[in-house]
Amino acid sequence: MATNYDYEEAPANYDETHRQDLGYDPNFVPDSVKSFVGHLYRHIREKNVYEIHQMYEISFQTLSDRLFKDTPWPSVDAVAHYVDNDQVFCLLYREMWFRHLYARLSPTLKQRIDSWDNYCSLFQVVLHRVVNMQLPNQWLWDMVDEFVYQFQSFCQYRAKMKNKSEQEIALLRQYDQAWNVYGVLNYLQAFVEKSNIMQILEQEKEGLEQFTATDGYDYSGGSNVLKVLGYFSMVGLLRVHCLLGDYQTGLKCLLPIDISQQGVYTSVIGSHITTIYHYGFANLMLRRYVEAIREFNKILLYIYKTKQFHQKSPQYEQILKKNEQMYALLAICLSLCPQVKLVEETVNSQLREKYGEKMARMQRYDDEAFAIYDELFSYACPKFITPSAPSFEEPLVNYNQDAYRLQLKLFLYEVKQQQLLSGVRTFLKVYSTISLGKLANYMEVDEPTLRTILLTYKHKTHAVDSDGKIISNADVDFYIDDMIHVVESKPVKRYGDYFLRQVVKLEGVINDMDRIKLE
Amino acid sequence: MGRETPKQQQQQQQQVSYTVEQLVAVNPYNPDILPDLENYVNEQVSSQTYSLDANLCLLRLYQFEPERMSTQIVARILVKALMAMPAPDFSLCLFLIPERVQMEEQFKTLIVLSHYLETGRFRQFWDEAAKSRHIVEAVPGFEQAIQTYAIHVLSLTYQKIPRPVLAEAINIEGLSLDKFLEHQAANSGWILEKGHGRGQLIILPRNEFNHPELKKSAADSVPLEHITRIFPILG
Repeated sequence: MATNYDYEEAPANYDETHRQDLGYDPNFVPDSVKSFVGHLYRHIREKNVYEIHQMYEISFQTLSDRLFKDTPWPSVDAVAHYVDNDQVFCLLYREMWFRHLYARLSPTLKQRIDSWDNYCSLFQVVLHRVVNMQLPNQWLWDMVDEFVYQFQSFCQYRAKMKNKSEQEIALLRQYDQAWNVYGVLNYLQAFVEKSNIMQILEQEKEGLEQFTATDGYDYSGGSNVLKVLGYFSMVGLLRVHCLLGDYQTGLKCLLPIDISQQGVYTSVIGSHITTIYHYGFANLMLRRYVEAIREFNKILLYIYKTKQFHQKSPQYEQILKKNEQMYALLAICLSLCPQVKLVEETVNSQLREKYGEKMARMQRYDDEAFAIYDELFSYACPKFITPSAPSFEEPLVNYNQDAYRLQLKLFLYEVKQQQLLSGVRTFLKVYSTISLGKLANYMEVDEPTLRTILLTYKHKTHAVDSDGKIISNADVDFYIDDMIHVVESKPVKRYGDYFLRQVVKLEGVINDMDRIKLE
Repeated sequence: MGRETPKQQQQQQQQVSYTVEQLVAVNPYNPDILPDLENYVNEQVSSQTYSLDANLCLLRLYQFEPERMSTQIVARILVKALMAMPAPDFSLCLFLIPERVQMEEQFKTLIVLSHYLETGRFRQFWDEAAKSRHIVEAVPGFEQAIQTYAIHVLSLTYQKIPRPVLAEAINIEGLSLDKFLEHQAANSGWILEKGHGRGQLIILPRNEFNHPELKKSAADSVPLEHITRIFPILG
């Protein structure tokens, strides 16, 4: 089994005392930080989204790189003084504080629990109070993304019971509500419901609401926070369900978002990539290979064209990582469903470069092939989790790989079932008609076995789509009367969709230009 | 207390299923609905209905609280999923069932049955099913559902099919098969060609998969819904 699945986080061996050895004083607030929080607080109160975004994206990063490379930011208690002890700002600051900690250091169990508490407090405020803020989409996306990430991280951490200290186990038992799967899912669900986002998107189609057109921002004096968190929570739910192995429900959660169009999900590149990555992966596991190929192709082309603009951004590394993973998934999809004509030239040449040789070996379906399927799947798959709490009674073992092992096993099982299809394909490409007897001969099987192989081919290449209809994935197809008759399928170029997209895009550009006031 | 009439019972059942579906849609991440979902599985079995969403919801709850898992219910869910083929529901359910549970005898059998169906090995399937009557007979409608699936795959593949091939796929022979064929000919557009017994050929209804010329050029059709999006722009 490939070992590159092992979770990247280093074990959290150090505690408060160790960190203090690094010279970290949580109460020391450098001048630049005083200035930072002061300005950020003011911009939030003045609803100056552009300035908030600059400070959030750039200043926070710069200060982190300069002053807090391997220590946390000053504690919230120390900075509260400079922001009128504003409760909401402190919650937001703490959220950033923990995010920084997770990114640069390793959180202790107590810190994980505290972070959960902070999310609960912050989310309660947004859900139950009237929050009069406008925050940048980047920030709101990061909140949801980080929330799910910390949940995933906690499950991975908790499942490694073997080397847990008595103290850690006691804490885990005591705070069993922290990062509880019900809690996580219900918060995301609550955002979706309370924001009314599904109805908003529906009404937008009929022109009764404005949401996508304003990128989710509220130009009538209100707040975008709940609405946009509700929107991004749908992506959050897709992600959590994929981590659990429930691809069907995950896709259902994403349904209100039309991914054939631009939307708020494309306004932040991290959200765009996460959405399509999980959408594609879920479709792969649902055997809807053509759908997965189409979406991976689109996003990979998009990343190719736009990644240069994100080189300085803190998300750059993540973008590159997801890019590589999606190439691996695309290689898998195309090996199981060789519809190369669905892939854009640029993407195809990148794919050939990265995985050309491996794809050739995968399609041979020998033992080596399965090893490569294993390798690529393990590299590219989500970090599956076991959501249930451990039993503290049994001998303490590490079970953090169980969920991944199950998904991998079932995936390879599916690959194995498709083993004989490759052979059939080769022959079907060469003949226009052939008798069952002859083909059985060439494939060195008896006729009844050939019939089962042909039925398997038909079944595996005709998937059931989300509406229950049968759609053909087959690049080369056939039917049988007295003989096998081969049918070559033509590639489908969708000009209609392309024109529609361009019309909407042009309208968007014209609208943007109209909004510019010339002095 | 009077006995309810069947109609009243049916109405009540309909009320219960409506509520469960609502629960799954509105409040799925809630441990309290687990008993309702389990009852709903039993109801699906007895009334020959099916709900993938509700069953996935239950399997998720079992994932969250493994001590509450009922392997009997899980087995029933899997049998129902098998009956939903060609949809991949069986796999979707397996993704949510822990590996050690899947190692139990009854689940290994179900996985083997699924494997035979996925790879068109109908003869092996019916042989194995006969050996496991206790599992499959517990769910009414199982045989018919698999026969429907078998006919579906055959219809994707064959314009004309020899009688023995059909017989093996749907596990019906002799006089029963004659009756079955007559019924299909009368109601589903099957045509029984020349010959008796083994020599007989059955012509299956035409569809876009076994008659490629029927394939609609859906290539460039754009749904009206997409066009309505640009109506405001077109003015």
